[in-house]
Amino acid sequence: MAIEKTTREKVEAGLARRHRKEALFRVVGMLATVVGVLFLGIFFATLVAKGSTAFKQTFVQLDITLEADVLAPGGTLDLGYADFDGLVRSALGKQFPEVTARADRRQLYRLVSVGASYALRDLIEKNPALLGTTQSLWVPASSDVDMLIKGNIDSNVDESLRTLSDQQIGWVTRLAARGRVESRFNKALFTNGDSRDPELAGVKGAVVGSFYMLLVTITLSFPIGVAAAIYLEEFAPRSRLSDLIEVNINNLAAVPSIVFGLLGLAVFIDWMALPRSAPLVGGLVLTLLTLPVIIIASRAAIQAVPPSIREAALGIGASNTQVVVHHVLPLAMPGMLTGAIIGMSRALGESAPLLMIGMVAFIVDVPGSLTDPATALPVQIYLWADSPERAFAERTSAAIIVLLGFLLLMNFAAVVLRKRMERKW
Amino acid sequence: MTTMTESITDNPPPQAPVPNDGRQRDRAEGIVLSEYPRQETELGGKTIGKISCENPFMVVEDVNVYYGDNHAIRNVSLEIAKKEVIALIGPSGCGKSTFLRCLNRMNDSIESARVTGKIMLDGQDIYAKEQDPVALRARVGMVFQKPNPFPKSVYDNVAYGPRIHGLAGDRAELDAIVHSSLERAGLLKEVKDRLDEPGTSLSGGQQQRLCIARTIAVNPEIILMDEPCSALDPIATARIEDLMDELCEDYAIVIVTHSMQQAARVSRRVAYFHLGLLVEVDETNKIFTNPQHKLTEDYITGRIG
Repeated sequence: MAIEKTTREKVEAGLARRHRKEALFRVVGMLATVVGVLFLGIFFATLVAKGSTAFKQTFVQLDITLEADVLAPGGTLDLGYADFDGLVRSALGKQFPEVTARADRRQLYRLVSVGASYALRDLIEKNPALLGTTQSLWVPASSDVDMLIKGNIDSNVDESLRTLSDQQIGWVTRLAARGRVESRFNKALFTNGDSRDPELAGVKGAVVGSFYMLLVTITLSFPIGVAAAIYLEEFAPRSRLSDLIEVNINNLAAVPSIVFGLLGLAVFIDWMALPRSAPLVGGLVLTLLTLPVIIIASRAAIQAVPPSIREAALGIGASNTQVVVHHVLPLAMPGMLTGAIIGMSRALGESAPLLMIGMVAFIVDVPGSLTDPATALPVQIYLWADSPERAFAERTSAAIIVLLGFLLLMNFAAVVLRKRMERKW
Repeated sequence: MTTMTESITDNPPPQAPVPNDGRQRDRAEGIVLSEYPRQETELGGKTIGKISCENPFMVVEDVNVYYGDNHAIRNVSLEIAKKEVIALIGPSGCGKSTFLRCLNRMNDSIESARVTGKIMLDGQDIYAKEQDPVALRARVGMVFQKPNPFPKSVYDNVAYGPRIHGLAGDRAELDAIVHSSLERAGLLKEVKDRLDEPGTSLSGGQQQRLCIARTIAVNPEIILMDEPCSALDPIATARIEDLMDELCEDYAIVIVTHSMQQAARVSRRVAYFHLGLLVEVDETNKIFTNPQHKLTEDYITGRIG
């Protein structure tokens, strides 16, 4: 027998199911968030764990006699030819006078980086009066010694499979026992360009290269992108042509970045004969890459400006241009900046198109201008990740940390800028 | 656009919004025309009542407005005198807002809109090729349904018009314009100490008076008001209506309203629109006490709309 249910009963009967569904929905959302945060946490943790050691570098203290006879034979000091290397070696030899065999001495000399003689040269260049004195100096150890101190070389492994022999490990242990081995802040990582010797390799060249590139990118893509968005939104007549342009801009945003690299190679380097490996060309390519992103974001920001504001201005007698400049643009600017930052972040992390225009070259010098050969941070990371030396592994992670720091700084600047713009209105 | 301006009303009629595409028009016709076949409105053909007035300042002749294929305003002729308040009433979708927006060419910004006929302001065709809409809108100001102050300070809101038109020679002159406009809009007392605060921080009624101050700062000749009180409470509405009484000593005011009480209170003449046709125009008294057309009568007695 069918008893007629009231509306209230029907609603209450379904309530439990509704609550279950809602709870499930919440749990799924929470799980997704947890998974995302977890991955991010793992990523950061491994990055810091692997990369943090690269900010320290092992140094060895040597008592180096800056003999005038060796450095300035005939009384004239020529920094380019002076035998600083010899001085470092003899200072190292003095620590272990018992080592005399040629092969052993050669092994001994490998404990100290070639950076030691550079440090010595810099010292003399700055203060020539030190010539003839004996200085107790901390010079960088070779990357193998550095790895040993950081515990990355296992002395239990068969001798032929490690980069340091038992004898070398013995020397390092004795040096350490004398208090002549110390871990110090790795300044070279931030002040040097790339190098084949890990202990001398730094990210400065890549950071400066990336900076120049982004400078070119932002100065070109932001004004062009915003101007294009304004024209398309506010002035362009709706026609088949403008529809076609719109579709193409949207598609461009999804084009694989390496294609832009090929385009840059063909147009900027082949046809316009701009220099290879230059931040200028890199910046131009990244401009092409970020333009669609900025245009799309700017158009969305313009569309989000309430039509009532437009009408208000028009109703008072503002011209279309005045409406755009006085009202639409300031109101849309925060959104446009967000778009620019998304584009810039993408540009900063991009490596594929830069490979096509020669920015993957091994470049030691820090670029001094837009047309100097340079590399970029992501490409530097790629290059180091590809290097066989054990010490480059930690430097790869360190470079990633630097890249993320760069990104953070950029985003922070944008947030500050945006806040200021919003307050003005 | 018109669709939006119709959506919030004092007395929401169970009706479709302003017809601006084919589908909406069909709906509007479906609902209304089932009761009032088109023939009835078109049989009369001409507008009933007096479309002319003494010393006409704005003369509308045979205006038609099309949104694409949609014929939104049909052969409307109307004269508007200086220093009078004329109210446009009618059910939603009848084209009164569209008509209002023809008077200062706000429809220009709608690409599909097409206006034919003649609208003369002080003997000048406002749709003439050489007429700059910017200059026109300085003479024919507009107040919108929803208060829409700029996200700027109270001062800058009022000063914006004079600034872009170059009405003030120096800062002191601009100050004077801002103060007198706020004064005339009845807002000065309330915002005297808050001129630097954002206009959006004022209450709804104050915002609308700010918008009126902003409009009269340019010293227009006609003020168009598109349901200026529909988003306001009765007290704020009363203040705006008082304001209109004062303003009509200097300006002609054309007001679109859904409230017949408001039309009765503020206007000298009333124009009743129906499906794009101007059905009847006359003195306010006459329209409300003795309407000539059946549609007008049905509307003001609440049988449609």
